[in-house]
Amino acid sequence: MANADCIIIQGSNMAEAHPVGFQWVTEAKARGAKVIHVDPRFSRTSAVADKHVPIRAGSDIVLLGALINYVIEHEKWFNDYVVAYTNAASIINEDFRDTEDLDGLFSGFDPETGGYDMSSWSYEPDRAAHSGNPGDPGNDGDAAAEQDGAEESVEAAGDQYGMGGPELDVSKPRRDETLQHPRSVFQILKRHYSRYTPEMVRDVCGISIEDFELLARTVTENSGRERTTCFAYAVGWTQHTVGAQYIRTATILQLLLGNMGRPGGGIMALRGHASIQGSTDIPTLFNLLPGYLPMPTVEKEDLATYLDGIASKKQKGYWANADAYTISLLKAWWGDAATEENDWGYGYLPRLTGPHGTYQTVEGMMAGEVEGYFILGQNPAVGSANGRMQRMGMANLKWLVVRDFQLIESATWWKDGPEIETGELRTEDIETEVFFFPAANHVEKAGTFTQTQRLVQWRHQAVQPPGDAQSELQFFYEVGRRIRARLAGSTDPQDRALLDLTWDYPVDEHGEPDGDAVLQEINGRHLTGPDAGKHLSTFNEMKADGSTEGGCWIYTGVYADGINHAADRETGVADGPAGKEWGWAWPANRRILYNRASADPEGKPWSERKKLVWWDEDEGRWVGNDVPDFPVTLAPGTIPDPEAGGPAALAGDDAFIMQADGKGWLFAPKGMVDGPLPTHYEAQESPVPNVMYAQQHNPTRVTVPRSDNYSKPSAGMPGADVYPFLFTTYRLTEHHTAGGMSRWLPYLSELQPEMFCEVSPELAAERGLEPYDWATIVSPRAAIEAKVLVTERMRPLRIGGADAQTVHQIGLPYHWGVGGDAVVSGDSANDLIGVTLDPNVLIQGSKVGACDIIPGRRPRGTDLLDFVAGYQRRAGLTVDSGNEGVTGTGEDAGPEADPMAPPEMTSARPHPPADGPVVPHDPPGPLGRKPRPRDSQQPSQQPSRQPPATEPRTGRED
Amino acid sequence: MGWPVLRQFLGGDPLGRSSSVVSRKTTEITPRTTTADRAVQSVCPYCAVGCGQKVFVSDEKVVQIEGDPESPISRGRLCPKGSASEQLVNSDTRQTTVLYRAPRAKDWQEMDLETATEMVVDRFLESRRNKWQDVDEHGRHLGRTMGIASLGGATLDNEENYLIKKLFTAAGAIQIENQARI
Ligand code: SF4
Repeated sequence: MANADCIIIQGSNMAEAHPVGFQWVTEAKARGAKVIHVDPRFSRTSAVADKHVPIRAGSDIVLLGALINYVIEHEKWFNDYVVAYTNAASIINEDFRDTEDLDGLFSGFDPETGGYDMSSWSYEPDRAAHSGNPGDPGNDGDAAAEQDGAEESVEAAGDQYGMGGPELDVSKPRRDETLQHPRSVFQILKRHYSRYTPEMVRDVCGISIEDFELLARTVTENSGRERTTCFAYAVGWTQHTVGAQYIRTATILQLLLGNMGRPGGGIMALRGHASIQGSTDIPTLFNLLPGYLPMPTVEKEDLATYLDGIASKKQKGYWANADAYTISLLKAWWGDAATEENDWGYGYLPRLTGPHGTYQTVEGMMAGEVEGYFILGQNPAVGSANGRMQRMGMANLKWLVVRDFQLIESATWWKDGPEIETGELRTEDIETEVFFFPAANHVEKAGTFTQTQRLVQWRHQAVQPPGDAQSELQFFYEVGRRIRARLAGSTDPQDRALLDLTWDYPVDEHGEPDGDAVLQEINGRHLTGPDAGKHLSTFNEMKADGSTEGGCWIYTGVYADGINHAADRETGVADGPAGKEWGWAWPANRRILYNRASADPEGKPWSERKKLVWWDEDEGRWVGNDVPDFPVTLAPGTIPDPEAGGPAALAGDDAFIMQADGKGWLFAPKGMVDGPLPTHYEAQESPVPNVMYAQQHNPTRVTVPRSDNYSKPSAGMPGADVYPFLFTTYRLTEHHTAGGMSRWLPYLSELQPEMFCEVSPELAAERGLEPYDWATIVSPRAAIEAKVLVTERMRPLRIGGADAQTVHQIGLPYHWGVGGDAVVSGDSANDLIGVTLDPNVLIQGSKVGACDIIPGRRPRGTDLLDFVAGYQRRAGLTVDSGNEGVTGTGEDAGPEADPMAPPEMTSARPHPPADGPVVPHDPPGPLGRKPRPRDSQQPSQQPSRQPPATEPRTGRED
Repeated sequence: MGWPVLRQFLGGDPLGRSSSVVSRKTTEITPRTTTADRAVQSVCPYCAVGCGQKVFVSDEKVVQIEGDPESPISRGRLCPKGSASEQLVNSDTRQTTVLYRAPRAKDWQEMDLETATEMVVDRFLESRRNKWQDVDEHGRHLGRTMGIASLGGATLDNEENYLIKKLFTAAGAIQIENQARI
């Protein structure tokens, strides 16, 4: 970021949430870079930016889509970059239909399942490159059979893929480098965003045309050969039902402008926890194995089928070697018990049958399926959406283990939680056994965190943990050791995976396992041959024949040459945040991904000012100021053998080496479960109708229709005006997420003692809210109280064009919780939030909620329940409210309509009569859950692997 | 000369930033950081910027945590959270013993670590078996348990996440999640 000429911060309040990182923005600004902050609230980030642009929460795709449209209309795209490095020139299947044709749906939508069959989004193959027998005339007519995905119906289910995404057989698509072919990605993109105009931005986002033009001019003037623009986002972009597509929209824009893989470019994800990146890379996530390999699903019965699902051997790039990464992982876990005969122990891996994310787990608790729960340094009673569901789920467990420093609310809800106060739960009725184990903190153990730029940093241990406090490393090592001892001698096949597990780690005199030894296992070793026992230095050394082991292929190299590079500490700060000897960045200590794109197709830097890596003709290799993200001796002009696959199939200009076709994806021919191009849908609880399409919401979002998770009726439906305002949540500098590490600290508690809400003077006047007095905020799920902060930082926005309405936004920090142990406590904003999920990553849409606000404190005890129920009755809420599927006709109205077009879609949820309450479609199931097809479908988790040049992120944290 | 404003103007320190604001107490004390036995390099445990920390230790106790000026990421700076992290270590309310709440009990009881760990192992194995699924309705291999779930990891070390994922996966537990999905 320090090298950027323009920085757009959108969906993040970086100055307050990542204050020390913000010094690099300040530094760039001091050197003349322009900084623009796009955010619903005016914050400290806005105060130091050149310009603050207020936006209605939940409308970012319209703004970014309009920037894409502006770039195309004004011919501002970086043509040489776009043609060479993106899939702009690729031709798409003739069966593809855009949202412009189908009023908000893409081709392939199945109203029964609520998901897409992606086969019509695929590339059209380049027959010359794909035909096995060019002379065979019969081959030509059969192109469809060769299209990727055409061999089977590809139902969208991203949780089956790791970061590599689905395999892509058409890695050599037909191309038109003039970008004029009507089915070229470029032309499809141009049509798709043609209605994303400055006027639309004004009407949907509430941003004036002048502000939009200033933004568009600033971004385009600071992009190109000589200049680069960087975007930074945080959970303001991810916590939406179309969150993954927010990032995609920015990626498309950055690719068009040539800002990927170059210094001062890119898209910076600002993550909120010390090692949230690490816990995605080496995941404690249901759908992933280390290194973004997918967890196997039940269909993947053997290793070969599993590997086929990750990458085709015919596709380009490094994912084609997924067999070596997977087998090395299995060898690391099961050692000698992983043999070729037993499929390298693949059978030991448990299988997924759909989403098993944290919100599904809570439903499992309520259903009595989940008996025991470990909570490790997290505080879901306060930090997860719909906190009441979380607490009620825990109250139905047999046993709960909480490991933390302090008695956080997730450990004490059974005696002082909000449901005890309302009488919904009685302590003496709760059967759950609760264990609290004290945890060691960051100075009491040695190990690595991976920060937001993929930099792995080793921490040395300073002191021993006090009392019985233990690290997670020691606790789980101990639990594992005892479990294995108990099962010793078992002949039950279900115990084999535990008994064969490699679980020998050296321990010190305090019983603490050696974290360094674990890091070495993650790095990997040669097992046989002359180098047996030696550490691997790159994942290219991994083999699929069982001769190597390695616990996380992307981390291979962190222990190259037997040295812990995460502990590297080159002193001197002169070279800024890219100092290459401070810690170790995955992969291969590379600081900027896809940096081949920093040079032109001939291998020369696009400009002297923005050079990073380049081709050295004399040396015959890529050189420069970063580790080249490219096969180091692959010359710029190389044309690969058409029969080759994997890294050998990369051409000299295939800069995006992890993509199956070597190109940055403007259009995602596969993998995004809600469409190949980002499209504006309104949030689950948006105050306004979608003026861009008849389709109101993301049709593939995952709804959780339960009586404890009501949604507001969609805009325009009866009862919607009972919750007239929009609330959005955010964090403060002085607190950390759900407060477990901050509300127990006197300093931080004194700095931010009380829960508050930010409202505009206009809203305060309208509702009679007094500064520093109390207000009650009520959503379709709950009611909370907060102190009132009246401030012009919150600005009412005019939305909707001719018959514009005023949208009031309320800001709520979410750090407080109800409990008896913290230095400061208060009502939790997350209790207001409903659970409706992004279908790609299963993250909840928590940045846009509907509420009412009134002066005074909230009612106490059962009166509170009556108060919330009164609102629900007035709004006529049912489990169907706001959960419509298709709301347009989905018909292909275009002149190109033909009999081959997808079948006509009918509205899954007809609008109810305007005069009556919404009638439930089906009676709720035993859990209040209506058996809606979408829920048995497999929504998916998949990291934002499509955005070609950002780091892989799985979900997005808060 | 005892009156601060006089001292400020007469003492050649008109802006009040130098000698006039130094008390005898100030001159008599020495910073903890200079008397510490050692300074250990660490990383801030809060957000993902990854600021460098220096942890000052005296008599095997953490006495102060400051920004590490050598870190190219943070150049010695810490925000309020990172600066407060000494209190995270030495908090009065920090729990250092195991607590157990029995079914229907109204309060905690203390428990020794060994007993508690054994009890967790018992329950782990029992719930694992109670909700074990060998095959699905089509007879396809599942080899998993739905009885145990876990949440957390974003505040933990990579090595810890690795062991957690490894152990739970080998035990057939799949519902392993962390903050990255929130
Ligand atoms: S000091 Fe502040 S900015 Fe730096 S890592 Fe810690 S929380 Fe983040």
